[in-house]
Amino acid sequence: MTTTVPKQVKQVDRVIIRFAGDSGDGMQLTGDRFTQESAAFGNDLVTLPNFPAEIRAPQGTLPGVSSFQVHFADHDILTAGDAPDVLVAMNPAALKANLGDLPRGATIIVDTHDFTDRNLTKAGYTSNPLETLGDANDSAPGSLGEFVVHPVDLTGMTVAAVKQFGLTRKDAARAKNMFALGLLSWMYGRPTETTITFLEKRFARVEDIRDANIAAFKAGWNFGETTETFVVQYEVKPAPMAPGTYRNISGNLALAYGLVAGSVQTGLDIVLGSYPITPASDILHELSKHKAFGVTTFQAEDEIAGIGAAIGASFSGKLGVTSTSGPGIALKSEAIGLAVMTELPLVVVDVQRGGPSTGLPTKTEQADLLQAMFGRNGEAPVPIVAPQSPGDCFDAALEAIRIAVTYRTPVMLLSDGYLANGSEPWRVPDLEDLPAIDPGFATVKNHGADEDGQPTEFWPYLRDDETLARPWAIPGTPGLEHRIGGLEKGDGHGNISYDPANHDLMVRTRQAKIDRIADSLRPLEVDDPSGRARVLVVGWGSTYGPIGAGVRRVRAAGYHVAQVHLRHLNPFPKDLGEILKRYDKVLVPEMNLGQLALLLRGKYLVDAIGYNHVRGLPLKATELALAIGHLVSEAEGIEVDLGVHGLTTPQEVS
Amino acid sequence: MSIDLGLPGLRSGIEGVPTFDGEQNAKEYTSDQEVRWCPGCGDYAVLKAVQGFLPQLGLRRENIVFVSGIGCSSRFPYYLDTYGMHSIHGRAPSIATGIATAREDLSVWVVTGDGDALSIGGNHLIHALRRNVNMTILLFNNRIYGLTKGQYSPTSEAGKITKSTPMGSVDHPFNPVSLALGAEGTFVARTIDSDRRHLTSVLSAAAAHRGTSFVEIYQNCPIFNDGAFDAIKGQDTKADAIIPLEDGQPIRFGAPDPSGQGAKGLVRDTETGGVKVALVADVGEDAILVHDAHNPDPTMAFAISRLTDAGYLSQSPIGIFRQVERPTYDDQARAQVATARDAVDGTPTERLAALIGGGDTWTVV
Repeated sequence: MTTTVPKQVKQVDRVIIRFAGDSGDGMQLTGDRFTQESAAFGNDLVTLPNFPAEIRAPQGTLPGVSSFQVHFADHDILTAGDAPDVLVAMNPAALKANLGDLPRGATIIVDTHDFTDRNLTKAGYTSNPLETLGDANDSAPGSLGEFVVHPVDLTGMTVAAVKQFGLTRKDAARAKNMFALGLLSWMYGRPTETTITFLEKRFARVEDIRDANIAAFKAGWNFGETTETFVVQYEVKPAPMAPGTYRNISGNLALAYGLVAGSVQTGLDIVLGSYPITPASDILHELSKHKAFGVTTFQAEDEIAGIGAAIGASFSGKLGVTSTSGPGIALKSEAIGLAVMTELPLVVVDVQRGGPSTGLPTKTEQADLLQAMFGRNGEAPVPIVAPQSPGDCFDAALEAIRIAVTYRTPVMLLSDGYLANGSEPWRVPDLEDLPAIDPGFATVKNHGADEDGQPTEFWPYLRDDETLARPWAIPGTPGLEHRIGGLEKGDGHGNISYDPANHDLMVRTRQAKIDRIADSLRPLEVDDPSGRARVLVVGWGSTYGPIGAGVRRVRAAGYHVAQVHLRHLNPFPKDLGEILKRYDKVLVPEMNLGQLALLLRGKYLVDAIGYNHVRGLPLKATELALAIGHLVSEAEGIEVDLGVHGLTTPQEVS
Repeated sequence: MSIDLGLPGLRSGIEGVPTFDGEQNAKEYTSDQEVRWCPGCGDYAVLKAVQGFLPQLGLRRENIVFVSGIGCSSRFPYYLDTYGMHSIHGRAPSIATGIATAREDLSVWVVTGDGDALSIGGNHLIHALRRNVNMTILLFNNRIYGLTKGQYSPTSEAGKITKSTPMGSVDHPFNPVSLALGAEGTFVARTIDSDRRHLTSVLSAAAAHRGTSFVEIYQNCPIFNDGAFDAIKGQDTKADAIIPLEDGQPIRFGAPDPSGQGAKGLVRDTETGGVKVALVADVGEDAILVHDAHNPDPTMAFAISRLTDAGYLSQSPIGIFRQVERPTYDDQARAQVATARDAVDGTPTERLAALIGGGDTWTVV
């Protein structure tokens, strides 16, 4: 590749790019490839895929727009970024749908090919915004005056570049996403080998398509290199990271791997009972590939049968798992109650999405916390574990299995759509660091005594003194035959009991067992570097990234704030109450209307202040920083001005 | 009536379940729990028959699992000294599917009722039959809701006056056997609580069948639907009410003719394409249908099942309607896992390390 135009190289510390196009334009693939290139280059990164629930919404319309945002940096970053620095828009609808998210001065690369009257109308434009480019007076809403716009006929150039392969025009035009990827790869100095290898593999069986995609990709790169349209190439250096082997991983993949790891660590084969549902289906898909680990996946007739089979498997001595999203949890509630009553190990994965009802299937939300906590009849306590980042889904899954097996209880694992589809570099853990978990099956009788002092009976509800867990005696074990079920159990012997005092005792005992899990938790890590913070930000789940980024901004502006993030939502860690009381103000950012805040208020009588958005998207770091700043101002009685740290535009480094 | 004990040369339903070499008796299969059904309930007879039958299977008692849903009949597992789970309403087939798939070495039984299996659990029932999971489903059909005290059920005759239908129900009932055949059940039978010999022989055949064995058991509820099955139980009426199905035998019933066989028989109905009752004297012996439970095509079995009265029961085919071979879900699911396991080397930990460290990785030093 030869350089014909002298190019300027600018160093920046981080960039946020959003690829946007029609849902059939391959934007998710494009974003994913750019991410892999950046990961291979050594940047830290976080991604945010955003796509419609419809598989192919009407072409060229606003609802059909699919996008993929990637934030990559030369330092440790926590979010996919509030606002893109660069938007790649493949058609008028993609431009219009994303324009509102761009800060002034952002770069826009537009494929001009689809800016026809018909497509402009479909996107709701009454005139072509590209035609008024350069007009100094162009400041009408929706105009492009305040952006750096590069109109490029990506499609046309792609078709020309792949002419030699004799594809239909439609097939040729489909490679335009690779042309765009090539161009962006040039702009940011991304390594190209991984994408070429990927394309060779992916289209190995269709030579002309393979060659056309590779040719389009290279043509895009060369276009950037040679054209005068782009005069600046940017450099984002690799980020320093702790030593180790890294890979880019999405939350659903990490969660599936965590379940497999839990199977290896317990020695229990997994039986997953699941019904397809967005955004959890990838867990079913992934686990179905791992039969060699003894994983059985059962695609059930409905959500209830999925958990039913998992409960049956757990009763049989396997590791029962069911995976779903919020609507599925609603259907599984009665069966979760059965697992509470029968005290069987079970992992219930809820990849939360926007609700209520069908809600926003492809968008993220954290509004199932109270459903996980209370969504059953009767007093039915269930431990809740939540991952905080895509890679952390691995550890959270393992922790859910530890609790389920050790305490003989169903456990809720609350992921969400952002974690599920988002990705980040993940340091592959050393397996020696993972906990060994002993299923500890019962093998002998445990009650009564014969002349020799040997037990004569098996009581399925005698409990371990420390954990209050009951014995797990599996079919095939002679002498331990027993019956369990949903009716109230007599303490110890486990036979049906309607005795009032017994019911009161059993309700309290089941609660006490869950509360005891707190004994096994490490103290919380409070991030309060100066020790002078009077405001504490408490979060859970995927808000970890935005909260962390918001907190950093506030600190960078010279103010004090503390952060604590909860892995365990039930039971809460034992030191949480004391930590909350150390601070004057407690802010609880959540993608719901204040569910954790309600729990904290109820349990600790603390004036938890909510910061709540339910837009189907992650919280924005800038907005959070402003909210935190406001509280700092109130708590310390000072003026707070975040300066540049309260702005969305990125900082250039010289 | 005699019962066919399965097709020769096929895997038995209890193959893979450890056997017990010594003697076993009904007492060993009886738990210490007090049985709490109403006096005169048909469930007692079925429980006695099962407790008497299980020792004959010759299996290790700890390898037998009974799963039930909710309803009077679903208390059944508490009274058997095997492993058992009294689960939630309608879901027993799904739980049993998990058990049967997880463990080849267990003999899995589901006890359910007409409300449990056909109302709230209808979906799980048809999908279990479709998948052909290796288990036996005993559907106690008393044509009424007993535990909730007397509402009509999905097998109650239309017009049934109950607490919830004071002017008579307007629901058309299910015929459980037709439903099971429609779901392509591989073993579909019907028997009667009070005929212990027939019940036991059907249970034997059901246990021997590899796949989902569906057994509808007519069961009297003396409190809320007493006498629902009087016609097929009465000494004077049963010859005309029961259409006996015996594999390889002409289907004849009714008062005997001079030859000593039933004067009535089943013949093809050329007008409807179905099956109808005719006098043997009118149509001749050769026209009488010979029952073929092993016919791969369920059409004839379905046609026969339609001779069950949907209203007050005065006529019903009894016996094994269908018994055919089809690979089971659980055998195939386990085979896939076994094949995948055989194809890999290394310890699980080594393979886990390779899995999570796979893909595009980079190393930071």
